[in-house]
Amino acid sequence: MSILIDKNTRVVTQGITGKTGQFHTTMCKQYANGANCFVAGVNPKKAGESFEDIPIYATVKEAKEQQGVNASVIYVPPPFAAAAIWEAVEADLDLVICITEGIPVRDMVALKDRMRKEGRKTVLCGPNCPGIITPDEIKIGIMPGHIHKQGRVGVVSRSGTLTYEAVGQLSDLNLGQSTAVGIGGDPVNGLKHRDVLELFMNDPGTDAVIMIGEIGGSDEEAAAQWYRDECRNKKPVVGFIAGVTAPAGKRMGHAGAIISGGKGTAQEKLDVLESCGIKTTKNPAEMGLLLQSVL
Amino acid sequence: MKIHEYQGKEILRKYGVATPRGFPCFSVDEAVKAAETLGAQLATKRWVVKAQIHAGGRGKGGGVKLARSLDEVKTCAEQILGMQLKTHQTGPAGQQVRRLLIEEGADIKAELYVGMVVDRVTQKVCLMASSEGGMDIEEVAANTPEKIHKVFIDPVAGLSDAEADAVATKIGIPVASLPQARTALQGLYKAFWETDASLAEINPLIVTGDGRVVALDAKMNFDANALYRHEDIVAMRDLDEEDPAEIEASKFDLSYISLDGNIGCLVNGAGLAMATMDTIKLFGAAPANFLDVGGGATTEKVTEAFKLMLANPNVKGILVNIFGGIMRCDTIANGIVAAAREVHLSVPLVVRMRGTNEDIGKEILRDSGLPIIAASDMADAARKIVHAVSGK
Repeated sequence: MSILIDKNTRVVTQGITGKTGQFHTTMCKQYANGANCFVAGVNPKKAGESFEDIPIYATVKEAKEQQGVNASVIYVPPPFAAAAIWEAVEADLDLVICITEGIPVRDMVALKDRMRKEGRKTVLCGPNCPGIITPDEIKIGIMPGHIHKQGRVGVVSRSGTLTYEAVGQLSDLNLGQSTAVGIGGDPVNGLKHRDVLELFMNDPGTDAVIMIGEIGGSDEEAAAQWYRDECRNKKPVVGFIAGVTAPAGKRMGHAGAIISGGKGTAQEKLDVLESCGIKTTKNPAEMGLLLQSVL
Repeated sequence: MKIHEYQGKEILRKYGVATPRGFPCFSVDEAVKAAETLGAQLATKRWVVKAQIHAGGRGKGGGVKLARSLDEVKTCAEQILGMQLKTHQTGPAGQQVRRLLIEEGADIKAELYVGMVVDRVTQKVCLMASSEGGMDIEEVAANTPEKIHKVFIDPVAGLSDAEADAVATKIGIPVASLPQARTALQGLYKAFWETDASLAEINPLIVTGDGRVVALDAKMNFDANALYRHEDIVAMRDLDEEDPAEIEASKFDLSYISLDGNIGCLVNGAGLAMATMDTIKLFGAAPANFLDVGGGATTEKVTEAFKLMLANPNVKGILVNIFGGIMRCDTIANGIVAAAREVHLSVPLVVRMRGTNEDIGKEILRDSGLPIIAASDMADAARKIVHAVSGK
């Protein structure tokens, strides 16, 4: 079992004709069941053509009609990415994973407002995220497939390479992953830690979860408080928060990774996690060991 | 991106927000001329001389002075221009004042606070307003949170008349001044939204003796991801206010932030970079910088990254931590070797490498003949560089 995606997911790639889109589509196709999952691409100017035998359509709607796609992955450049997300939402796909980094926050505020007002059911993951992988079934995104291992640990994180770090440690300890979800480092995004945690808690294929956060915002705290107060099917959760050494007021790479108004510090987050029954470590080299210790 | 107060006021004026009359000045002569120009219509017979630096807390640091005559304007301008202004936001070295704003003095009856940010929970622009203007708003939020009123603004409808009036009333704006307050608040929101701001603050927003609502200060920051559609705002960038190392880094698409420690770190990915810094601290030392080389690191980028780190005289050692996913470890290894040779590296270098082509990468480092210390994981890497730097 897994969450959000599995070997039967049918994916359309928006931005399939760009350099990044092409490279990662090839990598995703080569991973596990990828050749059967990546079934369509979108580019209005290249409709009718194909990329590595993947047919290209003018719109997401057409790709859905022709190939029965239920998920999309987006590599479209930042100025056009919010519109690309909206196109996939309008086509009523189940899931949109937006890899694109650098989308203006205002575009995301307008997009999310429209999704809420129209009661759209499409789940958005990202933007500015590495994507989602269910090991040995399907990888949708830019993470290196080979470090993953099928298993029963859920991984959720805002950061790309730090997720790989956690996954690598788990695989080294022979602890496979049910699904690893990168929710991205932007301040206004789709899936939050809390949403993914809930999915993992309800997934029969997941026994425990590593939640990786960083400075800025209060998503990790919200997830931890949900876990303490509302989660009915509790499984062990461990956490790491990056940015104990980060100075206030400085954006640490990710648009969302900034301590502002004295809020969103790593220590504050660690304290809340601990108080909600989530064990944490300050040593990122020990994330895997910590998870192992709670099994 | 940050701008100066006078630039923020220029933007706000375009959106109908009332501000005191004033002129930016780059010299004492200009300051006196500006005061003379303002003086002809000056009812209060007072001028304000304000240091223009990007940091807040200028008043407390002696960067804002009231002058009652043209002579005093001259004296104040001489004192402030060129000074190293130290505030709680500048760090101990302070920031040199290169620009002044000369304004007409205001007749202040009430000092209020209004600010805007994007709220991550509601995913809307949040207007924050308080009757406690002129103070450090973070302190107000911490000590008397009930004095801060929030409005989450609908992005399609904007800030409605009713919302504006309600919040203005809550912060104590008199009924007669409500129309003016509405103009100010709606103008602030429109300015925030249309310029892709990430922060807009008026502290204080004042009510004058004759009932006008005026922005006495203006602070605006902008979303770096949206600057491509705002040439006019990019033109306001003042490189003198930014860290030269960070400017240099941005030319090579490197994300770099100077810190106080003595261990340089070069990492791929922002989260992993922060985690690496944290690990250094965990082992008893402090990072000299945050540096994310990103996903597409080339030999050139890695070389520039080394140059940047080593330009900092405090750096006594370097830790490289790479989790090669899409980026291959052999590419990074070649970059490290080339960079170490080009900069004649003389401080200890610890490299931890993991992921795609890790073995080839390690072989390249080993065969380079350079004194590179290999590490097996992040903790091992941190331990080794701290050890090498402290000489223990």
